[in-house]
Amino acid sequence: MISEEHRIAITGNQAIAHAVRMARIHVVAAYPITPQTSVVEEIAEFCAAGKMDAKFIQTESEHSSMSACIGASMTGARAFTATSSQGLALMHEMLHWAVGARTPVILGEVNRALAAPWTILTDQSDSMAQRDTGWMQFYCANNQEVFDSTLLAFKVAEQVLLPAMVVLDAFVLSHSTEAVILPPQDLVDEYLPPRETPVKLDPDEPHAFGGMMFPDVFMEQRYKIEQSMDIAKEVILSEIEEWEKATGRQLKPLYPYRIDDAEVVVMCLGTAFGSVRYAVDKLRKEGIKAGGIRMWQYRPFPIKQLKELIPEGSQVGVIDRAVSFGISGPVGSEVKSVLSPESRNSVYGFIAGLGGREIQPESVESVFRAMLEGSADPVGINWVDVRK
Amino acid sequence: MNGTESRHKETLSLSEQKTIGTVTIEYPLEIRWHGRGGQGAVTAAKLLAETALEMGMQIQSFPQFGSERRGAPISAFTRIDKKEIVLYNTIQEPNVIIVLDPSLLELPMVLKGLQDDGLLLVNSTLSPVELRSQLKRTGGAIATIPASAIAVKHLKRVVTNTAMLGAFFGATGILPLENVVHHVRIKFEDQFSKEVVEGNIKAIEEAYEKVILG
Repeated sequence: MISEEHRIAITGNQAIAHAVRMARIHVVAAYPITPQTSVVEEIAEFCAAGKMDAKFIQTESEHSSMSACIGASMTGARAFTATSSQGLALMHEMLHWAVGARTPVILGEVNRALAAPWTILTDQSDSMAQRDTGWMQFYCANNQEVFDSTLLAFKVAEQVLLPAMVVLDAFVLSHSTEAVILPPQDLVDEYLPPRETPVKLDPDEPHAFGGMMFPDVFMEQRYKIEQSMDIAKEVILSEIEEWEKATGRQLKPLYPYRIDDAEVVVMCLGTAFGSVRYAVDKLRKEGIKAGGIRMWQYRPFPIKQLKELIPEGSQVGVIDRAVSFGISGPVGSEVKSVLSPESRNSVYGFIAGLGGREIQPESVESVFRAMLEGSADPVGINWVDVRK
Repeated sequence: MNGTESRHKETLSLSEQKTIGTVTIEYPLEIRWHGRGGQGAVTAAKLLAETALEMGMQIQSFPQFGSERRGAPISAFTRIDKKEIVLYNTIQEPNVIIVLDPSLLELPMVLKGLQDDGLLLVNSTLSPVELRSQLKRTGGAIATIPASAIAVKHLKRVVTNTAMLGAFFGATGILPLENVVHHVRIKFEDQFSKEVVEGNIKAIEEAYEKVILG
């Protein structure tokens, strides 16, 4: 048992596994074959070595994994699974169920492109396709953040009774080794005490989950989910504060970079933000007032913070690593709906980095330049680094 | 967010430089490894990062992903810096290229992007002068080490990763040998027999001593 802070070199997948171990979860249910990642392999090893006292359920599909987690969560257990791309797509039905049944399951989601054609490399098409399910989503940009976000996700989810995905770029984070600080177990125990839930499956005090709801109450149930999403916004902020008090590390719904006087801004999610920072620095040297924003908290959407951060009248380019075919990138259209027209921002949607194509600093620079030169399409999709 | 970033030399101070022969190694130190599947390039990239972490540096290491298989050319990456590493892309313009298998030099991608004053370290029986002439490379530094022979001698297999790691530290002097040996021993003891651990340590030590920089 780790009794003091440790700084170790681990991958993003290992970072999730360590967080799950330290969260003292009760149940892990996972399908072990591709597109599964080494997240559950690590957890299985912890379980086998007696470093975790959790029930590891090997299922025949991701659909079953999520079903098992929902069932476990209904009994008041702390439950976790991990998946990626097609596996998340196969879970789709049960993702809705987890939300409707108000089970705070946590999912380690390694961002990979969806087939066809086959690929294993990163983009955000798998998790973006689940954005309407009612899951909270946190997109990470380094392995420490992966670790911290996983513990915070448990804490928030169990308060608002909504499930949460901790999302990380496949390979770029999932298989990259970085330094991660693991706090002492007693610190985690204090931050994340055993789960308490008002209603659970209990033979001594019977309850049912998921009964039929007719039109007289169904909409109210949906309204309550949205209310919980709203409450989650505040809970996330207070848990960020608690985590910072405990560890000195601060998570942020949005990460600004040189934004204060920016006249042209690029937004993205995940590790591509490193390239945004390089491009911003380069343009600043030329005297161009460029800035960047990385979105960590995608669901619930941090509308208030975004409005506060984006300078009035600035041009905003949103880089999506997923396409909502026939219209735009998902984040781009949402930012557009939140910002315009009251703050007089022009918002442009860009698509880059699909199927593992790297978003280079030069790619981001071309996004800035398209806005500065007025060549970006304000309505349609602006494709970056693509052979047309 | 603290400070600003730019690539390579632009933000460096002289105190962060270590001069070796005719080459200057600067932070961020960006290293690209080339090997064949099974030679341990990915492990070496990670071992180097882990060792640098123990020295208090910021680190990152990752393999190139594709359809890896035994014998096929693969690459791996290590970034070492004194400040936060924000870039996650594959390394296009490395300061150091380490080649675990001499036959890979024939592939154009292997030497691509190496900085003019960068270091090329190759598993080769040629001297740096001979290799320089063969590659028609004028600038930078070249270091060679007969790592295949060293690996066979100590490990009885052509797994050249630890020898190349030792050669890297020998050529650059960037981290003390004892730190590398200490770390590899700790890391390997959990996974391998005593014989394999000691064989790797000997390979590191011999390559550290015998590497030639020109």
